[in-house]
Amino acid sequence: MTGIIGAVLQVVLVAAGAPLLVGLMRQVRARAEGRAGAGILQPWRDLRKLLRKEPITPHGTGPLFRMAPLLLAGTTLVVAAMIPLVTTRSPLDGAADLFAVTALLALGTVALALAGLDTGTAFGGMGASREMVVLALVEPTILLSTFAMSVRVGSTNLGAIVTSVLDDPQQVVFPASLLALVALVVVVIAEAGRIPVDNPSTHLELTMIHEAMVLEYAGPDLALVEWASAMRLTVLLGLLAGLFAPWGIAVDSPAMLPVGAAAIAAKVAVAGAALAAAEVFMAKLRMFRVPELLAGSFVLALFAVASSFFLVAP
Amino acid sequence: MRDLFRKIRKTGRVAQDAPRAPEPVLPERARDLGGSVQIRHVDAGSCNGCEVEIASAFGPVYDAERYGARQVASPRHADALLVTGPVTRNMEMALRRTYEAVPEPKVVIALGDCARNCGVFAEAYGVVGAVGDVVPVDLEIPGCPPEPEAIVAALRGLTGR
Amino acid sequence: MTSVAFPAALGLTLLAAVAGLVLPRGPRRVTAGVLTAGGGAAAVVAGAAAMRGGDWSARLPGLLPLAGARLALDPLGGLFLAVTGAVAVCAALYGIGYTRHGGLDGRVPQTMVPVFLAAMTLVPAAASVSTFLLAWELMALASLLLVVAEHRSRDEVRAAGLWYAVMTHLGLVVILGGLAGFAAAAHSESFEGLRAAADGLPAAGRGAVFLAVFAGFASKAGIAPLHVWLPRAHPEAPSHVSALMSAAMVNLGVYGIVRVGFDLLGGGAAWWWLLVLAAGGASALYGILQAAVAGDLKRLLAYSTCENMGLVLVGVGASGLFAVSGARALSALALTAALLHIVNHAGFKTLLFLAAGSVLHGTGTRDLDALGGLRTTMPATTALFGVGALMASALPLGNGFVSEWLLLQSLIHALPSGGTLTAVTMPPAVAVVALSAGLAIATFVKAFGVGFLARPRSSAAERAREAPAPMLAGMAVAALCCVLLAISPGAVLPALARSVAVAAPGPDAVTGPVTLHLTGLAGTMSPLLIAAFLLVAVVGLLALLRVAATRRTARRRARLWDCGAGPMSARMEYTATSFAEPLQRVFDDVLAPETDLDVTPLKESAYLVNSVTYRTRVGDRIEHRLYRPVLTAAARAGEAARGLANGSVHRYVGYGFYTFTGLLIALAVIR
Repeated sequence: MTGIIGAVLQVVLVAAGAPLLVGLMRQVRARAEGRAGAGILQPWRDLRKLLRKEPITPHGTGPLFRMAPLLLAGTTLVVAAMIPLVTTRSPLDGAADLFAVTALLALGTVALALAGLDTGTAFGGMGASREMVVLALVEPTILLSTFAMSVRVGSTNLGAIVTSVLDDPQQVVFPASLLALVALVVVVIAEAGRIPVDNPSTHLELTMIHEAMVLEYAGPDLALVEWASAMRLTVLLGLLAGLFAPWGIAVDSPAMLPVGAAAIAAKVAVAGAALAAAEVFMAKLRMFRVPELLAGSFVLALFAVASSFFLVAP
Repeated sequence: MRDLFRKIRKTGRVAQDAPRAPEPVLPERARDLGGSVQIRHVDAGSCNGCEVEIASAFGPVYDAERYGARQVASPRHADALLVTGPVTRNMEMALRRTYEAVPEPKVVIALGDCARNCGVFAEAYGVVGAVGDVVPVDLEIPGCPPEPEAIVAALRGLTGR
Repeated sequence: MTSVAFPAALGLTLLAAVAGLVLPRGPRRVTAGVLTAGGGAAAVVAGAAAMRGGDWSARLPGLLPLAGARLALDPLGGLFLAVTGAVAVCAALYGIGYTRHGGLDGRVPQTMVPVFLAAMTLVPAAASVSTFLLAWELMALASLLLVVAEHRSRDEVRAAGLWYAVMTHLGLVVILGGLAGFAAAAHSESFEGLRAAADGLPAAGRGAVFLAVFAGFASKAGIAPLHVWLPRAHPEAPSHVSALMSAAMVNLGVYGIVRVGFDLLGGGAAWWWLLVLAAGGASALYGILQAAVAGDLKRLLAYSTCENMGLVLVGVGASGLFAVSGARALSALALTAALLHIVNHAGFKTLLFLAAGSVLHGTGTRDLDALGGLRTTMPATTALFGVGALMASALPLGNGFVSEWLLLQSLIHALPSGGTLTAVTMPPAVAVVALSAGLAIATFVKAFGVGFLARPRSSAAERAREAPAPMLAGMAVAALCCVLLAISPGAVLPALARSVAVAAPGPDAVTGPVTLHLTGLAGTMSPLLIAAFLLVAVVGLLALLRVAATRRTARRRARLWDCGAGPMSARMEYTATSFAEPLQRVFDDVLAPETDLDVTPLKESAYLVNSVTYRTRVGDRIEHRLYRPVLTAAARAGEAARGLANGSVHRYVGYGFYTFTGLLIALAVIR
């Protein structure tokens, strides 16, 4: 029972909270730049307005173009129900482990990339091509970090990893975990399209990755894409929080669910604010410097695996 | 990085306090938009004086973003077209196409005297006419160039905040 | 069941061959095609029955001189037989429509397809060295004749045929050497005898046998660096033959490795399997990198075969390694992953090659840079290729995902128990599998997105026409199999477990009809539930959108956003080359692309550009670095040797005299 309520709570929390997280991150950035900021509710206002606008189907686009936002948001919602955010007892936990979760997120990205290609515009193709490069290079890092974290647990299932950290909190400061954490932070930045990999607020098409794929979407379609992007960021940050700081998460009793919800909201908010604050100090990397960054995170993940072995070995 | 951090701490908030909200200029549009206006800027032949003022309006001091206005990269994402300059022959078709690309409901703002009535460029051989001659204009911001306060006030009239 | 179905399969295919040979042009195509499909279906039945435990064997002493033919089917052979049969059903149905044009309805191609199938059904059923080698060679010859079927229309076909003929026969030579040595040492040429004698052989001898057969089988499976024939021969063959080769024939290379390595030699030393693992990993990475930058649709698919066979060998190698270290459950899991990947790969590669054939049939080109916009002209083919691409890119909802998930699980869980060897090998192995999975996504997004979506990039693509019904039927069968495998792998896993048990005895590694549970490991995953949840989420979102976006629901059709600059021509679209350019740049050191940039200035001024020519080509680097020097050295040696033969009879007599004298002297010294 805890599991079902918890899973529903997770979906609602991610769905409702994701735009707030984006609002919060913009607000942090605005304050750091000496501006007043639009308030953390602004992304919700944007979404409400987009829903009232007309959807547009550009000439020469097909069903995939229309389906892609649904798939992008759908995969993210499924992931939100699966991963341990509020509770470790999600009934969907057994259906997917960390591999399946990252692959599901990749499925959403692929849908959007195909939609970008489907428009047949130069920018759509460019965005799709770049997004696929980032995705291809991020994948090994994710899997190796997963590897590093699952060695001590003996399972790649997220519920099991989180429970193991709860039982034995000092694991978090093991070198394997710390290295994996750094590698995964880079991955989250790349997957969520944040600085220094991608700039979500750029107006210059030639520097875009994610934005270039969605240049043709309007109205409710665009609302879905923006909402899904926000949810992806939330889910990824929530996943990091769950894996490396799972305290407060509800394990057994339903009474812990509100605590779990409050804890994950606080953790994601802190992580998001920290990310936004760090972005102020950085500029976007050149497209062809990005692989170097991702290769660096890959090496860290490899170190994490190596160290996890030497800690486990008798 | 330390320098930047120190600078952020020392500078603090530079945004001016928000003046009292003006009356909405297009009340039913403002209700539709509900506090969020995405803007696509089109330079139809401007001398770039207005652009400097737009940059300033969205800069930290006037901070138009705090009222829910934001510039976007594609007219598909936009609610409002912010057109500057007289419409030159080379930009006439581009302006029409940009207007078509914006999803309904949409607003066209003619910013600056050139956009309103061609200003000093009136009757010039390369100029087709004012913005209103090419696409329907909903809102005009006078001035050559208009002050950032005027731009911010007009945008607040749209967002209703 | 097997005793009826297997002879029926052979009989039907041979009947099809006879029909292809004797019937006039009119009924030939359909009769041969239907009979071949029937033979394939019978092979599926026979294979499935063998996998369910209906072992069957036969001795036909009179069929072959000296040794006689021995046939036997066990669950391992049954698996490969069933896969071959299923691929043949799709390819034969498809071939009925595909071979209507281009001279493919002639006697040779129509006869050779069933002969090829018959050989491929005999290979996994062979139970003695001579029978196996005979079937193997028949398979090679039949496929060679099919590869060069279109040699009149294209020059590349001849080069491909030459490469294939040389490589496959070099492979045969080493396999022959290995198995003959094995048989001589074991004093028996039946597989039973070999199995019984294997334990008594010295370790070095067994290693030598394995090394020899591994080289031969790996070359057939398209494993780098012995893969060079594959990206030439598979694209140049007629498409239904490409499907047969890429989805069925390459599997038999893996069959050979598993049969000889695990079953006949009974495992072996760790270095065998490390070699297999390393070769598999290298092949997976190299194959998918080449596929990612390939501009030719069929070449892309061929390199993807190298990649997938590499992944299979990673699983096989890991399984052998675990078996050596005594981890039985893990060994079974890794082999299950490898064999399941064979089945999955066969499904989606059949579909993809057949769909690529439809594209070739409908547009006349397989250059991705000239395709695009097939979505409107060839909707069924587009949908089917889309399904295949999803399956091949190891994403959820695809069948490739299930087997790659199992493979990763087996690699990851090896660490705590395996000691230093696994600690050193498994992280790179996981990294290789992960990187190839990521690159496979990019590759198939490119193939589908550039080839089928957007707008046509050439007049050939504009005039595309949909494939006829038999071709669509062949593809649809393959797609259906893929979808079933993707959402319900639990249906085939129990049968697969019996095949695995032949090579790696132990309990079933993966159990559960809906959620896959790993035996002895805490890992679960449910492709069916993921698909169901995704469906619920998408439907829910659609409903939510209906409720939330009430104001304006009518979609407006509008021009593409062209930055206001006027209609965008097809030349402004991203092409396959431009799509892959960032990847090519990232992996510059591995791929070593050749680019030429010629800028011709105007006569009047060096600063005014008249024309710019840009040419880029990504060749096969292994071929360039490894094979070209050998070939040039051989050619040079041949040139030099011509000096010895100048046409003078006196000289030749002299050669004979000196050789004879030298021989006598040598004998005198030795004796």
